[in-house]
Amino acid sequence: MEHYLNFSNTNIWSEIWPELALALAAIVLLGIDLFRKSDKPIVSIGSLAIVFQAGLLIFHLFDYLAWHHTFDRETFSGMLHQGIQGDVMRTFFLLSSLLVSVLGHQYLKNKKLRTGEFHHLTMLATAGLMLLVQSNHFIMLFVALETVAVCFYTLVAYNRESAKSLEAGIKYLIFGALSSSLLLFGIVLLYGVAGNPEAWGANYIGFEGQDPLGFQYLGNLLEANPDHLLLRAGVVLIIAGIAFKIGAAPFQIWVPDVYHGSPMPITAFLAVSSKAAGFFVLLNLVNGPFLGMSEFLMPLLGFVATFTIFFGNLAACTQRNIKRMLGLSGVAHAGYLLVAIMASMQFAGDSDRAVWVLFFYLFIYLLASFAVFGVMTVARLNDETEHEFSHYEDLAKKHPWLGFVLVSGIGSLAGIPPFAGFVAKLLLISIAYEAQLYFSLAAMVIGVVISIFYYFGWMREITFHPKPSFSDEEEEKEDPWLNVPRMGLFKFCMLALAVSSIVLGIWQGPFGDAF
Amino acid sequence: MTLDQILLLGSIIVPALSSALLFAGIGGGDYWAKKLAYIGFGFPFIAGIVLFFNFDGSNGGYCFEIFHPRMGLQELKITFHLGLNGVSSPLFAMAGVVGLAAGLTAIRSGAERLRLYLALLLVMQSGLMGLFASIDLFFYYLFHEFALIPTFIMIGLWGGRDRRSIALEITIYLTLGALLSLGGLVALNVMVDAEKFDFPSLSLALANAEMLESTQIKIFGLLLIGFGILVALFPFHTWAAKGYEAAPTSVSMLHAGVLKKFGLYGLIQIAAPLLPEGALAWSPYLLWLALGNVLLVGFVTIAQTNLKSMVGYGSVMHMGYCFLGLAVCSSLGAGSAVMLMVAHGLSVALMFLLSTYIQKRSGTFEMDEMGGLATKTPVLACFFVAASLATIGLPGFGNFWGEFGVFLSLGENPDHRLFLVLAALGIIISAIFGLRAVAKIFFGTGSDELIKHEKENPISDLKPAEIIPAGIILSALLFLGLWPRGVSDRIDQEIGARYEKIDFAALSQFTPACCLPNADDVGLDNNQTSYDSLQKSLPVKPISDH
Repeated sequence: MEHYLNFSNTNIWSEIWPELALALAAIVLLGIDLFRKSDKPIVSIGSLAIVFQAGLLIFHLFDYLAWHHTFDRETFSGMLHQGIQGDVMRTFFLLSSLLVSVLGHQYLKNKKLRTGEFHHLTMLATAGLMLLVQSNHFIMLFVALETVAVCFYTLVAYNRESAKSLEAGIKYLIFGALSSSLLLFGIVLLYGVAGNPEAWGANYIGFEGQDPLGFQYLGNLLEANPDHLLLRAGVVLIIAGIAFKIGAAPFQIWVPDVYHGSPMPITAFLAVSSKAAGFFVLLNLVNGPFLGMSEFLMPLLGFVATFTIFFGNLAACTQRNIKRMLGLSGVAHAGYLLVAIMASMQFAGDSDRAVWVLFFYLFIYLLASFAVFGVMTVARLNDETEHEFSHYEDLAKKHPWLGFVLVSGIGSLAGIPPFAGFVAKLLLISIAYEAQLYFSLAAMVIGVVISIFYYFGWMREITFHPKPSFSDEEEEKEDPWLNVPRMGLFKFCMLALAVSSIVLGIWQGPFGDAF
Repeated sequence: MTLDQILLLGSIIVPALSSALLFAGIGGGDYWAKKLAYIGFGFPFIAGIVLFFNFDGSNGGYCFEIFHPRMGLQELKITFHLGLNGVSSPLFAMAGVVGLAAGLTAIRSGAERLRLYLALLLVMQSGLMGLFASIDLFFYYLFHEFALIPTFIMIGLWGGRDRRSIALEITIYLTLGALLSLGGLVALNVMVDAEKFDFPSLSLALANAEMLESTQIKIFGLLLIGFGILVALFPFHTWAAKGYEAAPTSVSMLHAGVLKKFGLYGLIQIAAPLLPEGALAWSPYLLWLALGNVLLVGFVTIAQTNLKSMVGYGSVMHMGYCFLGLAVCSSLGAGSAVMLMVAHGLSVALMFLLSTYIQKRSGTFEMDEMGGLATKTPVLACFFVAASLATIGLPGFGNFWGEFGVFLSLGENPDHRLFLVLAALGIIISAIFGLRAVAKIFFGTGSDELIKHEKENPISDLKPAEIIPAGIILSALLFLGLWPRGVSDRIDQEIGARYEKIDFAALSQFTPACCLPNADDVGLDNNQTSYDSLQKSLPVKPISDH
């Protein structure tokens, strides 16, 4: 009886209204698309999705600013946990989803693909991501993660006419399934130990009747038994499952292939939202239930971070295809972010600063990535997966605004002042120092210097005149920038991204106080 | 806000603003672009000169301070804090002078896409002025990056041979240096529990809580290697000459003359006074590396046949003297290094400017393809001879006082006498390449190539518009050489106050009582120059009355 009372008392649906609204709107959009008769509608599905998501973002921000005193509580019998950190991430995902829709709108128009399902799946995935970052229970975590993953499998293969897109979809499906199964296996191992009172004898006292998959309970269990072999195996498997999602080495092998084949807005979605969700989950886990094992996890994560940084940067240097290069540079960024995660573990109990640095980095990464992928969406290539450096020759001269947006995005990713990426890297370096992670810090600095090679190489193509070619027979090259359409909203969004990258690099304003 | 403060802030904002207007395409046409650029380069020049003479260092510390605590990352204790002290004010003025000369050259250069060229150069100028005006260490670094990034772009866009690959190489190399020094600065920020991230707060905090020697050595090492890459310290110097050769003239002038002083300025003004034990521990290694700059790079310079790369290598070679002055770890050495930095900035900029004038007339930088120019271009020859003599370090020019001071400081310490002898060889080296260049270009008979070139392009002497930028720099050099006290007094006040706090005699085993100034004599009295204190501390018997 008490159990049911607990249920009804903690099921506060109003706490998850943005997710509900998003999912509901996604279904409504699908319905409109299904029952609409005319071929030339007054309002396109894409515009509807954009307007709705923009509205939701504004309302959510308002809600966040007005009501955040209610934060920090568990709802749905401990399944979800509402906190200020989770809410920042919800805003992050809403913003990212809005930008994916803006990019998608442009992309689908160029490619003449169906729009309804695209926006439907994007919004569903976002709702799943928002639940994922609030999950406080392994069942919730797994269900939310699978919701997101299923949407992504479809979205990656959305361009059905392109063999590469389908191939990427299959690859992502197989690797995703593998990672999910690793994660699930880890969860099962934890449950196997935690759910059996006899397995850990006297330590059990005081935890009777608690949910063995809740984060609170597992945290206590792991703190009491940091040397338990099965628990360690479970923790490692769970982290491996998440490492797949964030593309950390040695589980990064799918990244370049899937980024290469998927439609451009989805590449951005994967690079930003999916990765950020993985990081936030990892952060939550290592600072929550896994904190008791930090001594065991630190060297492990340190190795993964260093390996990821070096692999990502070195492999990106050799790429000629820009989408693959961006994928691998994203791997390197995952390595930098892992350093922030390690710092948060090192500050155990007082991890807020490291968490805010992580958030700042993720937001800057969002701004920069969408700027870069946005410009790439505009390019009209016969085969959109084959973006080469040479396609960007002299872009700054042909279309100054596209050049400006792209350079600001690349500059921010590379961490060059005055772009915001520099401040993000500076903060990361400073917390790594404070956490005394000198080895990872050295790897990070070397990695950043290596990354200058490919980022600057790309910038060079965009801004500097190409060499005059001496051969008489000028090879007929396709020019992807020939018919750039007039795009009001799209142009506005792109310029806003670029400008905010620069403004945040010079003046951090409220972000500076947040730390 | 007083007028002086407005000038200080304006010297950063006016170039930045004119550059923004140029980027935005206001006015249209090259005519207005040039007018804007005159304002953008003129204002820092005026500000530099006025603030140089208005500087009142009698009570030590910073003048014309501007402070905005809310304009930075609060988390890292960063504030917006501008001001000039005895070390930065001559460098600030030098940046203004070289900036104007480079700007005038750029305005008349007739480069392709002139608006963009001027806009980027103005960003650089703004960063350079901000660099020397910042008290806060983060903004000091940030302004450096503002000046550095246009360098890469301008080499890539308007550079000479192999510009694209050299731009990439320089970017990677210098980013490594910048990141290492940023790492060092962040380490200072994290390790020292100071109220603000600027020099006065840091030294106050360090006075209260000593830093461990091992930590000092690590942080100083990071700063030394990071800044060393940016200044082209011996094993990390390979980027410099190549980059200057490829860069357009104005960029070479600003980078080699002013921007490269960033690292040394950081080491002398910040690193060595804050981390004295670290500096002492690194000093023996630094002495050898600096000697590498002077001798090895010096020999490389002699071997150059290309005028511009000779000037580039020569500039790298002379940075060795500045490092020697720093490595001595005394107020005389560090002060002379600052003096040399100011003079070197001017003379190198002048050399780059003149070599471009020569190239315009002879059509090449190859010295073997010139000769006998003195008869056709007597004014240019005068300028070039003067600039060469300044580079060699002859009395009458600022470089003399800097190099002389460095040698003196090396002589102070018996252990450094070997370095004194070896470093003095550098003067012969610079005389060889300097005078040989003068001989090859201006005297003798014209080479066949030059005669052929002259038939198509008649050679004329310098025009007034060309004389002005060169004249500005040369007069500044002469000013410095004929009245060094104007600079050395204020350097002494600042450096003396900083370096005397460190009891080097006690830190190192040797105690040359007759050579090091006595702490009692100098420590409290800021008005004494260390030249004076040097004499005072010499064991002269007081003359008795009877």
